[in-house]
Amino acid sequence: MKQIYLDNAATTKVDEEVLKTMLPYFNERYGNASSQHLVGQEAKHGLEDSRRKIAKAIGAKQHEIIFTSGGTESNNFAIKGLFFANFPEKNHIIISKIEHDCVLNACKWLETQEAEITYLNVDEEGFVNPKDVEKAITDKTILVSIIHGNNEIGTIQDLEAIGKICKQRGVLFHTDACQSFTKVLIDVKKQNLDLVTLNAHKIHGPKGVGALYKREGIKITPLAHGGGHEKNLRSGTENILGIVGFAKAIGITKEKDVEKMIQLRNRLIEGILKIPNVKLNGSKEKRLCSNVNVSFNNIEGEAIGGYLENYGICTSTGSACSSHSLESSHVLKAIGLSPIQANSSLRISLSKYTTQEEIDYFLEKLLKIVEKLRRISPIK
Amino acid sequence: MIQTYSKELMKHFKNPKYVKKIKNPDGVGEVGNLNCGDIMHLEIKVEEDKIKDIGFQTFGCPAAVASSDVVCELVKGKTLEQAEKLKKDDIIQKLGGMPLIKIHCSVLGIDALKRAIGDYKEKGGK
Repeated sequence: MKQIYLDNAATTKVDEEVLKTMLPYFNERYGNASSQHLVGQEAKHGLEDSRRKIAKAIGAKQHEIIFTSGGTESNNFAIKGLFFANFPEKNHIIISKIEHDCVLNACKWLETQEAEITYLNVDEEGFVNPKDVEKAITDKTILVSIIHGNNEIGTIQDLEAIGKICKQRGVLFHTDACQSFTKVLIDVKKQNLDLVTLNAHKIHGPKGVGALYKREGIKITPLAHGGGHEKNLRSGTENILGIVGFAKAIGITKEKDVEKMIQLRNRLIEGILKIPNVKLNGSKEKRLCSNVNVSFNNIEGEAIGGYLENYGICTSTGSACSSHSLESSHVLKAIGLSPIQANSSLRISLSKYTTQEEIDYFLEKLLKIVEKLRRISPIK
Repeated sequence: MIQTYSKELMKHFKNPKYVKKIKNPDGVGEVGNLNCGDIMHLEIKVEEDKIKDIGFQTFGCPAAVASSDVVCELVKGKTLEQAEKLKKDDIIQKLGGMPLIKIHCSVLGIDALKRAIGDYKEKGGK
């Protein structure tokens, strides 16, 4: 059976070009970038060339990029690193209720370390109101951290508006751009960004590598101490092969790919909304080109996913049943969905490789599945 | 999905045989809550102390749907006394195992059955 992968918000396949770029770094250019000899210097060259490319992609300077093991580490580093660099003079951090788990849980942990956290509400489409950010800032505020493109519902925040407020009020501004990178413009100057989390595996790069952009001059406390790599901010031998793959992946999703994805996404949304009693979660316009999230009244998300899998189609759900914690999605809750609506949700996420045939096949199967599951459901 | 289901479980999930409403049921049991994500509705027809017919409707994940179907399969034709002895392990065994995190789905099936039998008895039998 042919596999149709519509879970690209979870991870993406490594692009052939990316793989080709990485391969020599396994067994030819395998040096340690800290070594002075030729083999080490070859690796160092790969490292710095990649750093330059990644910096350029977001309008930053080369030395402002710190390589990490991925989005989770970058987000933890930004939040905990800034907290410990500013505590006890300041102890307040502002985030939204729809942040990724790694931001939420890093903040929850910081509450045990005397941090004050404000969890901002979002509206029903998932937008943070910049005025709420402004109201929440106090003289103890260190940082505002708001996710750029939401991983569940695809809502794209107005970073520029929030960044402007942060700049005016003299607080730092961080965004988790794992989902939006290469799909939506990120310009650290225009958007007044002080820190940005990036990662490779959502953009057809390898897993286990990411970066934190940190504007020069900002003090941060490292999480990993050791041999002084990454300007003493993140020790540990650099994952060169991952890093060169990451840098190569930046050019994989081009503007025309984004346009094609927007068309396919809209086709998908239109097709799904023809089914009765379906709700689109998130915004219609300011939405990632890759994301569709819908709730089907009275049927359970994991059951839909289970049937789709029978046709070789991979999706994901925000239902409680499918999570490790048996709790439904905090993001869907934050945009006002009832537990049953959250449990009835399905996320379909596209990539540049998604085709119209795949979308149409998905829609055809989905229609039948929804009908069948509604017959099985006791809720009418 | 974060877990792997057995072939048997997927069989009952894909083609449940007991999805139906019973005409004038003698006992009805509904359990679950929307916060946890599963709701199971079970109906029985009783004749001479035996479960003559049984049907279910479930809002839930593959494990919940398959558990409901297997409960019906295991107790159809059995006496009420036999049916009341059904344990979650019987369901799990019949389904060829179940991911740990889904065990509560099998418990839900047992609870729905017990409520349906309880409902029948409360009404004073026939």
